[in-house]
Amino acid sequence: MRDYWRVNQQRLAPVLFLLPGLLMFVVYVVIPIFQSVDISFYAWDGLGEKEYVGIANYVELMDDEAFYTSLKNNVIWLVLYMLAIPAGLFVALFLNQNVRGIRIYKSLFFFPFVISQVVVGLVFSWFYDPSYGLFNKLLEFFGADPMAILADEDWVTYGIIIAGLWPQTAYCMILYLTGLNAVDSEQIEAARLDNAKGLKLLWYIILPQLRPATFIALVVTIIGALRSFDLVSIMTNGGPWGASRVLAFYMYEQAFSEYGFRMGYGAAIAVVLFAIMMLYIAAFLYKMYRDERGH
Amino acid sequence: MLHNKKTLAALLAAASMMSANAFSGELVINTDTSDPAPKAAFEALIAGFEAENPDVNVTWNLFDHEGYKTSIRNFLTADAPDLANWYAGNRMLPYVNAGLFEPVDDVWAANGLNDSLSSAAASMTIDGKKWGVPYTYYNWGVYYRQDIFEANNIEVPTDWAGFMAAGETLNAAGITPITIGTKYLWTAAGVFDYLNLRTNGYDFHMALTKGDVSWTDDRVRATMANWKELIDADFFIENHAAYSWQEALAPMIQGKAAMYVMGNFAVAPLRDAGLTDDQLGFFQFPMIDASIPMAEEAPTDTMHIPANAKNKVDAKRFLAYLARADVQTEINVTLGQLPINSGSNVSDDKFLQAGYKMLSSTEGGIAQFFDRDAPAEMASAGMEGFQEFMVKPERLDTILERLEKTRKRVYK
Repeated sequence: MRDYWRVNQQRLAPVLFLLPGLLMFVVYVVIPIFQSVDISFYAWDGLGEKEYVGIANYVELMDDEAFYTSLKNNVIWLVLYMLAIPAGLFVALFLNQNVRGIRIYKSLFFFPFVISQVVVGLVFSWFYDPSYGLFNKLLEFFGADPMAILADEDWVTYGIIIAGLWPQTAYCMILYLTGLNAVDSEQIEAARLDNAKGLKLLWYIILPQLRPATFIALVVTIIGALRSFDLVSIMTNGGPWGASRVLAFYMYEQAFSEYGFRMGYGAAIAVVLFAIMMLYIAAFLYKMYRDERGH
Repeated sequence: MLHNKKTLAALLAAASMMSANAFSGELVINTDTSDPAPKAAFEALIAGFEAENPDVNVTWNLFDHEGYKTSIRNFLTADAPDLANWYAGNRMLPYVNAGLFEPVDDVWAANGLNDSLSSAAASMTIDGKKWGVPYTYYNWGVYYRQDIFEANNIEVPTDWAGFMAAGETLNAAGITPITIGTKYLWTAAGVFDYLNLRTNGYDFHMALTKGDVSWTDDRVRATMANWKELIDADFFIENHAAYSWQEALAPMIQGKAAMYVMGNFAVAPLRDAGLTDDQLGFFQFPMIDASIPMAEEAPTDTMHIPANAKNKVDAKRFLAYLARADVQTEINVTLGQLPINSGSNVSDDKFLQAGYKMLSSTEGGIAQFFDRDAPAEMASAGMEGFQEFMVKPERLDTILERLEKTRKRVYK
């Protein structure tokens, strides 16, 4: 036994170190994925007996307006949420200087990410409030008619995304700030000697060195956009008449909310959301893998 | 020796714990009564029960109102209390069907509740068994600013023409006739219920919520046409989809809106905001069709014993206490609502007396509420449709077809 350990120590150590993490991952992530897929073939209220219905849930999903609204909103979220990356980069570049008290400014800019999404949602719903919100006072000041962003089916999703961009920009900013610390000052000097400055310096010298930060920012932003649940729940509860639903919220509504007793249908939505994420991430990883190998 | 001592101590501890379980009852109660008045009512209720039953020790878990509706499912299955509050009618059906509530016919029989609580017996009965004890109900209707009505010489409307005329006068005076906040949808269902009860009557309304009638039926369209008449006449405040029902109280308090189609629980916050009984009044939702007997809406709140409760003996004692006439009198004075027990006294509060008078002379029948009469899925689809209709009435056909699709799926 002792000898076996001594001989195979090198091979066994990584497995042993990975084991606890893998175990958690399998129990809490991998197995539930398969369970969700399984539940999506049943009609089940979460309390009583399950009834096998085959792909009926998916067939219904294909004919469900609310599902397409949610899907459309998810796409809008994915696209617009990306704005957090350039915005975060901009703030990071702006804050990356040595003046008195810069740490305080940095932490103030990071603040929105620290407070809970629920608070962000509440603050923004007051901001948008049609009767006393600051947003409408501003509109009034510029002579525009007041509008209820959160009660307007065309604007509501954008209103929520802007609320979401606030903390997400702070998150991207902190990623870029740490990235900027690692930028090689010699390279910048060399570039300066070659007379590169401004946008050119940023594009050809700084950004390539920030690549790891950009990668992480992209990943967290995509994930953030796809699981945009808390803000929708707090600010509009999916309304007006479901116009601001996203897939994650629709799933919750069908399976767990006040009137939601459709575990199977909720699971089917979850499976679709999972498939979308899977495709996206797989394509992304594949591209990464190719780039790493050097084409 | 040392080892032995330890074992002995452990045994003693175990023994004393067991005896504690056997002699003093631990009773766990979960409720969502977190608004000020209901909270005070339950504090008094529990204190009263403990005073009469010193051997029972009550642990009370207070939940937030909206969160309770989702957490009840978890705690009924996983970590059941001994008592939980919920609602009568179809709202309790999923839990009864799943065997999560305990039938309490013995409590009803032993305490003569079949007589004293007979008015609510039907809404507590599923499959011939009683599933809980009702302790309060409240009327719905139109709460209005008496002073504004008087200032504009408006008579309290009793029929549709009067109602429309009142709205016209109010609008001309720059006051929105009705305030409402539909962010959480159910408030719109209150308006629908009344319009449908007045347009088509109680039997049709119940048939509709039970799924026996198509949503594209002409009678539903007639109800919606009446609703559209109100919308076209600018009866409702703008941007109501952005407000909760509490936020929608503000225009009424400020005098920018004159009426609110609501349950009696709206009176407490309106009074807290400074409206006096001279300013605030109540009237029955006006008649639309003279040939249809007036039906009302009066939801019943209830207490239940979960099937997985640990201390059902004391839980039943608590239910018996809760059902008593004097206890219901007292709790409903604090709640500002009406007792179920026929031996209880209704508080001499102006609104409770008005509501009591209205309900006890109701000929048409008493509905629970849209989301208690209709099953959960139909209720949520319906209320979302009502909200959409109130903002985009031109989409009526699409909405009704969607509801009809839901109906065909929900009631198999």
